[in-house]
Amino acid sequence: MKRMQNTQQPANINLKFNEGLKRRYRAEKNFQRMGIGAIAIALTFLAFLFISIISKGYTAFQQTYIQIEVDFEPSYFTSENLSAADYPGLVKASLRKMFPEVKERREKRRLYGLVSNSAAFTLYDMVKENPNIIGTTRQVWVLADDDVDMMVKGHYDRSIPEADRRVKDNQLAWIDTLEQNNKLKKKFNTIFFSAGDSREPEQAGIWGAVRGSFYTLLLTLALSFPIGVAAAIYLEEFAPNNVWTDIIEININNLAAVPSIIFGLLGLAIFINFWGMPRSTPIVGGLVLTLMTLPTIIIAARASLKSVPPSIREAALGIGASKIQMVTHHVLPLALPGMLTGTIIGMAQALGETAPLLMIGMVAFIVDVPGSFTDPSTVLPVQIYLWADSPERAFTEKTSAAIMILLGFLVLMNGAAVYLRKKFEIKW
Amino acid sequence: MKTKGFLLASALTMTMISTAPAMAARDYISIVGSSTVYPFATVVAEQFGKTSGFKTPKIESTGSGGGFKLFCGGVGVEYPDITNASRAIKSSEIEKCAANGVKDIVEVKIGYDGIVLGNSKAATPLKLTRKDIFLALAKDVPDPKNPGKLIPNPYKTWKEVNSELPDIKIEVLGPPPTSGTRDAFVELAMEGGAKKFDFIKAMKKADKKAYKKVCHTIREDGAYIEAGENDNLIVQKLQANPKAIGIFGYSFLDQNSDVIQGSYVESEAPTFENIAEGKYPVSRPLFFYVKKAHVDVIPGMKGYLAEFTAEKAWGEDGYLADKGMIPMPDAERKEYAANVKNLKTIGM
Repeated sequence: MKRMQNTQQPANINLKFNEGLKRRYRAEKNFQRMGIGAIAIALTFLAFLFISIISKGYTAFQQTYIQIEVDFEPSYFTSENLSAADYPGLVKASLRKMFPEVKERREKRRLYGLVSNSAAFTLYDMVKENPNIIGTTRQVWVLADDDVDMMVKGHYDRSIPEADRRVKDNQLAWIDTLEQNNKLKKKFNTIFFSAGDSREPEQAGIWGAVRGSFYTLLLTLALSFPIGVAAAIYLEEFAPNNVWTDIIEININNLAAVPSIIFGLLGLAIFINFWGMPRSTPIVGGLVLTLMTLPTIIIAARASLKSVPPSIREAALGIGASKIQMVTHHVLPLALPGMLTGTIIGMAQALGETAPLLMIGMVAFIVDVPGSFTDPSTVLPVQIYLWADSPERAFTEKTSAAIMILLGFLVLMNGAAVYLRKKFEIKW
Repeated sequence: MKTKGFLLASALTMTMISTAPAMAARDYISIVGSSTVYPFATVVAEQFGKTSGFKTPKIESTGSGGGFKLFCGGVGVEYPDITNASRAIKSSEIEKCAANGVKDIVEVKIGYDGIVLGNSKAATPLKLTRKDIFLALAKDVPDPKNPGKLIPNPYKTWKEVNSELPDIKIEVLGPPPTSGTRDAFVELAMEGGAKKFDFIKAMKKADKKAYKKVCHTIREDGAYIEAGENDNLIVQKLQANPKAIGIFGYSFLDQNSDVIQGSYVESEAPTFENIAEGKYPVSRPLFFYVKKAHVDVIPGMKGYLAEFTAEKAWGEDGYLADKGMIPMPDAERKEYAANVKNLKTIGM
């Protein structure tokens, strides 16, 4: 009897326990599924973003060119000054020669509208480089107008009535003829990577914005990294534990959360109005972004300094190092990888900023590529914003392509941060 | 620590030294102002930069009001040389300029810009009058049962406003209050429609402030949606929603005529010719203002002014007309070209 009782009791407990166990496993599985579902939703939105941008932007990496036969007749070059010659006239003459049946004024305007107005400047550059071509005939590849480019890439619908189209029927016929004779081709768009901003989409490029971003970020890095690391070392190793240190800590943590446009207002008030620095230059942009990135770097640097175990510090002091030697020779090198990743993340944030630069004048139409810290310039996110606001249809693909490049840089920088952190991380 | 301190000190001194000469001599023209004039001024600036030896002018799009604030800051290289505006300068702004030393301002009208009420090509084009626009969009409208009194706008569909219009919900996407386009729209379209009611017209002499409030206040109950300053976004939204109407500049209609169409206002279609001849009523002049004191100091200013006022730029076949700006009649162009050549200032 006793034995039967003993075996019954464990069986009862086992049953109840087993039921509970099934419920537990089910709850865990549901929780896991919810987690996977959340990640799947996030990845879906990310996929939407990439697909919509890449689908609109990949066509921008090719540009349409038209080959025209140019007769560099000496009668156009009467004066000594090569820049005074009628280069647009040369382009128009060669187009008339290619399509001699075009007589009426309005039709001629449509014909001339097939090529970009940069064709004249292409010819001027050719003559400037080699004045001996005056008197000869050359085949020149010139940029097509942005409407022709959009039609060739399929962004304009051919089937809608002519009155609503920007490319008229006779222009379509000429484009088809040129294509059949291999005089119209799509080539890799080097202008996008080598030119500054322009109002004509076919001539617009991101090089000016990229150089502006480069100068601005260089200055930001040069100023924020030393100041941030020094501040973190002081707060972590040397600052006394009193109310002033607490106030400083609270302020730094708050500044990391301040909306970035406030730093732009600060830059306008102090750097431009009070110190008199020039507007729209990478110097002011770099200083404003330094102020914005400093809190991020200080917080990341402090975290990595804290992670160095006190045994290292005590061991250094134990063998006779002074406090400064202990910090610079022992603690700092061990904490540097963490500081590095924090800096890279801070720089990636600064690369994508537009709002603070609005107040200091870097949201502007600037054609010339900046050559120094004091040339007016703009940055890549601002260039994207300005192009997104332009009416020309061809700017849509340029905007998407510039976004792709900016995203590429950001992914690269954040990826580098993750990789470096994994590589140099020391697990105590 | 030593190397860091050295690096920091050298970086700061470098920045100080390199800014000093830049402050003394600015060799590019600095322009601020209206976002409506921006697309046209940038074309002229680029042409000027390419064909002359001077640096391309830098143009910021700050809005007409913001532009005047910066412009009236004073005379000197740290202040802008030219400001673009989609409205004439106000007398309060002229006084503010004079108070800061900006006394000689040259006013240049460059052309006209049409404001279009557009919708998707998939829908039927609307035939509106300014009175319809006022009744559809104003916050307070005359009571149809009790003429002479104002009530909050009760109209929900276009058919309720005017029985000849289609029976679709009133949904208008337009610029926010910070935009010059909005100021121009309320003045030209809504005030133009409100004046058709005699008692509102009488208010103009009796109580100007109340009159302006009635004419210029747009309804806030959801029929008018502020779609931001990005006109490209408005065009995209119209394609997605054929029942909505959008308010934007003529250049956007011109560039997107394959997907959107403009509504008729007072039986006039928003075409280039109708706006140029003054038949289409919702169009406003565009200006820019120049500081005479800067003209001989900043290199290239005379060249830029000459480029802007040349026939090949602002004329009927000029490149600005290709971009969607409506040119002025011949006589006006001659008048303003002469003003610029002689640098005739306001008040002279």
